[in-house]
Amino acid sequence: MWLRIQRLNQQRFVLTAKVCVHQLHTSSTEPASSSYNGLYPGHIHTTPIQKALLAVGSGVAALRDPYRHDMVAVLGEATGHFALINLRDRMKNDPEGYTILTERPRIRLSTIDVAKMASLPEGSFGREYVRFLEDNHVTPDSRADVKFVDDEELAYVMLRYREVHDLMHTLLGMPTNMLGEVAVKWFEAAQTGLPMCAFGAALGPLRLNASRLQTLVTSLGPWALRNGLRARFVLNIFYERRWEQSLEDLRQELNIEPPPVILSAAKKMST
Amino acid sequence: MAASMRLLVRRAVRLSHRNITLTAAGAAARSGCCRGPSVCRCFSDEAEDRSTHFGFETVSETEKAKRVYKVFENVAQKYDIMNDAMSLGIHRVWKDALLHVMHPQPGAQLLDVAGGTGDIAFRFLEYIRSQEERQKRRAARSSQTPSWQDISNNYSTEDESRESRAVVCDINKEMLKVGKQKADSLGVSAGLSWVVGDAEELPFDDDQFDIYTIAFGIRNVTHIDQALQEALRVLKPGGRFMCLEFSKVNNPILSSIYDAYSFQMIPVIGEVIAGDWKSYQYLVESIRKFPNQEEFKGMIEDAGFYCVKYYNLTGGVVALHSGFKL
Repeated sequence: MWLRIQRLNQQRFVLTAKVCVHQLHTSSTEPASSSYNGLYPGHIHTTPIQKALLAVGSGVAALRDPYRHDMVAVLGEATGHFALINLRDRMKNDPEGYTILTERPRIRLSTIDVAKMASLPEGSFGREYVRFLEDNHVTPDSRADVKFVDDEELAYVMLRYREVHDLMHTLLGMPTNMLGEVAVKWFEAAQTGLPMCAFGAALGPLRLNASRLQTLVTSLGPWALRNGLRARFVLNIFYERRWEQSLEDLRQELNIEPPPVILSAAKKMST
Repeated sequence: MAASMRLLVRRAVRLSHRNITLTAAGAAARSGCCRGPSVCRCFSDEAEDRSTHFGFETVSETEKAKRVYKVFENVAQKYDIMNDAMSLGIHRVWKDALLHVMHPQPGAQLLDVAGGTGDIAFRFLEYIRSQEERQKRRAARSSQTPSWQDISNNYSTEDESRESRAVVCDINKEMLKVGKQKADSLGVSAGLSWVVGDAEELPFDDDQFDIYTIAFGIRNVTHIDQALQEALRVLKPGGRFMCLEFSKVNNPILSSIYDAYSFQMIPVIGEVIAGDWKSYQYLVESIRKFPNQEEFKGMIEDAGFYCVKYYNLTGGVVALHSGFKL
């Protein structure tokens, strides 16, 4: 009997993309390591109730420990459905964005040549990106996988957003400490409209001390918001083809002002 | 050494039994095949081709052992926190109930299989300690005016009483590591040992222990009948087998609430607290694949235990099975 139900599960997933009502033991079948039942590797099917619970739980967990990037990621996935549709459509309507959607580039240590980028001239986008990675002790491989987005293309859009986040830091000149992250979140919230960005932008400042809060409110915050609203859509840039481009040139192209305050890189104990 | 030879002989006999179609009469055969639709077994010459269940998936038996290992390796650090979160603290009540039914006396030797983070072993040592104190108090009260004969007897029997010992055995080194850290932070070390071992092939001689417990571990074992036979082997005659495990809830209302909670909430809690949805998905699925109270009682009897009975806790969410080796 159990086998029949399992086979029914598989048929059900092929037929329906969004499942609203489940028999309880089919509600979330786990994908095997070699083959998977979900829409993409790592996909875990969730009911709307589970998404709501995940949103609340991950929100609380992320607030308590902002260094839990996986919780921030889960919050984004659980709440971002409509925003992701909007992002995907904006990408489709732009020629460069459309290229990204079809070619599906990935920013990982296995796909980018860090040594070559480090040898690029000073001030080039690639060189500055490598400098950012080194100064802040981060790697592009530490991003969590997308798990709870129920559409394969939207999952890629979410993944692209996540992988481009470090490039945002480079473009904005923000380090990965709390202040830098909040500034980038304000920029991203204005650009993407993802609820998770708005959440981070609104609640992140609560963790800043008084002087940093002042910097944020007086100069960094307004600058980030202003640029977020007027800049070209950041997900529509094929960054992998622009490593040689000078950073200043890229900023001008995207309509981003250089940062008003130079912040030093974070001295983080854990990445 | 004789024990390991016997182990090898027993394994060879078991392997040859599996190749014979199970029409053989006798209780031993029943545990292998009549578990009905819940386990899909394709009998062939090689053991690796045999398939079993991993939650609701079907995998080969070697694959299952590996994946179960991986699950517990991943969850070990957050295991205790997750237990509290998932069961809302009720797992402590279940484990305390196990100890109360067990009612161990000072001098008892406990083997806690799949003991992982040591919850049962710590409770056992605590219980024994309080029993010993109670006995001492009783002895002190009753012997307020001892005769010279009593006094000399007390001096001579001092070293003869055996110290109770708890051995925690687990196949997963990560879980044992967490258990050892807990023991260090609690300051418990006397009478406690940690052993890596497989429930289907325990690294102990025959007739060693007074009590064998396995709490929330036996459903992860690939061959439950083998684990039961090993339990019989290492117990002393008169020894007691006790198993705490998730079981079937009979009440339909409670059952639907329990199912909804298990499948909707527990993987979410797993993702939020431990960052691991899939391990907790496996956990709730594996509970559904485990035999119910009566079937498991039958399996224990087949292994050779007597006076097998079970107690339902929390309406059948958890069942405590107990049997004796006579």
